[in-house]
Amino acid sequence: MQNKISKHVLAGIYVALALVIPDFAVAQDGLDSGDTAWMLTSTALVLFMTIPGLSLFYAGMVRVKNVLSVMMQCFTICCLMTVLWVLYVYSLAFGDGSAYVGDFGKAFMAGIEVDTLSGTIPESVFFMFQLTFAVITPALIVGGFAERMKFSAMLWFMAIWVSVVYAPIAHWVWSESGWLYQRGVLDFAGGIVVHINAGIAALVAAIVLGKRRGYPQSPMRPNNLVLTMVGAGMLWVGWFGFNAGSGLAANGVSGMAMVVTQISTAAAALTWMFLEWRSHGKPSALGLVSGAVAGLGAITPASGFVGPMGAFVIGITSGLACYFAVVRVKTALGFDDSLDVFGVHGVGGTIGVLLAGVFVADRFGGAGLAEGVSMASQVGTQVIGIGATIVYCGVVSFIILKVLDNVIGLRVSEQEEQEGLDIVCHDEQGYNL
Amino acid sequence: MKLITAVIKPFKLEDVRQVLGEAGVQGMTVTEVKGFGRQKGHTELYRGAEYAVDFVPKTKIEVAVSDEVMEQAIEAIVGAAGTGSIGDGKVFVSDLLQAVRIRTGETGDQAL
Repeated sequence: MQNKISKHVLAGIYVALALVIPDFAVAQDGLDSGDTAWMLTSTALVLFMTIPGLSLFYAGMVRVKNVLSVMMQCFTICCLMTVLWVLYVYSLAFGDGSAYVGDFGKAFMAGIEVDTLSGTIPESVFFMFQLTFAVITPALIVGGFAERMKFSAMLWFMAIWVSVVYAPIAHWVWSESGWLYQRGVLDFAGGIVVHINAGIAALVAAIVLGKRRGYPQSPMRPNNLVLTMVGAGMLWVGWFGFNAGSGLAANGVSGMAMVVTQISTAAAALTWMFLEWRSHGKPSALGLVSGAVAGLGAITPASGFVGPMGAFVIGITSGLACYFAVVRVKTALGFDDSLDVFGVHGVGGTIGVLLAGVFVADRFGGAGLAEGVSMASQVGTQVIGIGATIVYCGVVSFIILKVLDNVIGLRVSEQEEQEGLDIVCHDEQGYNL
Repeated sequence: MKLITAVIKPFKLEDVRQVLGEAGVQGMTVTEVKGFGRQKGHTELYRGAEYAVDFVPKTKIEVAVSDEVMEQAIEAIVGAAGTGSIGDGKVFVSDLLQAVRIRTGETGDQAL
């Protein structure tokens, strides 16, 4: 009886203190259950973006004979990246090390126990959240070489790429010891690490593998735009985890990140739709969702830094730029980036990274430029981040592909490509209607 | 016996089935096909890539009829399937050498 009363009294004092002193309400050991709950959810949302979101988005756009191959590639990438992440890639990305890459200190999740914290959330949750980014970035690249890459070569490429391209670049931008982080580059959720990175790798792959047989004269109609529409919706919803989760907290920054994500996406989708309506006479479903994804990719680096005004500009600009990149520039230059990874993610991401440097400014409703940093200087830093990524990712991706091409060959034979990857690589058919 | 093959606009199938029934033709086989004659197809657009699609979806009906019923059947089809616009379709008639009802083994007009 005595114990019960004193427990209640203590609880009452605790509550009173919690009401009066901000920050007192967190658990004594630093873990914030609100942050943790949101980050657990965000992690699930981002994984949802890859399987099934991106998987469906891409699958609907390829020809029927290759519909399964794309989904299989995305799903397998999820599995393979998971294993590698646990083994050593997390360590390379977020371990201590140099300014350019982490060390193997966290390999096999060393030091990550049930109670280990990373800020206010368990490190296991941070680990998982970041894993979902290391899954979707390679999965995006699939669009560049769709319908013609050997499954085995794809597996090798992804395993090597995540290790020597993704992990270092993630380290540069998001690890406190990373050199771009030190320079103050603004990339809230992965404009550089995910979109420019994947966009460049996809472009290089599209060029190294070469065009699909019959491109661009033969019609290569999407086999199921219904899947693409569904996938696009899943990407949009999942992106709330991607962007609003990148603050690693459940707070106002996340809330605003969610808002600006929504604004940019809607603005970009409408921009692409109206452009297409004007130029072709009718708005298309594929155009609408392509615009949406462009807006999503563009707002990604800026999502924690800009306000609604900035989001509108980023959305409209990326809608415009990506439309021209995909519809005009790609046709003019002639490369076969089959699912427009570069045109949408590469170009969209670049625009977002640049404009983040502009619209972070206070006067545009942003979070405010860093102490002593001018807008010109910030934009300059953004450019350095973009340039370094383009060069490093471009060169290293090229090397990996060339080596693989010489060792096992990257592309299926002409005959196999004609028959379709589903049968040739997997002995299956997507639809048996 | 004659085999009448008619390629018609898909939405006309129900009408044709009805008038054929009234003309005494009870069975038919229907296939979904695509084709073109003078009807133009359409253009499809996918992220800036325009494709001309020449083939138009149509429905093909095949009915086996006795010589006596042939004229009636053709008239019924043409009447029901026509809309007056390009793309209404065509009717082809060929000689049918033999017909057999599988269940009973009946042949010739008995099998129709």
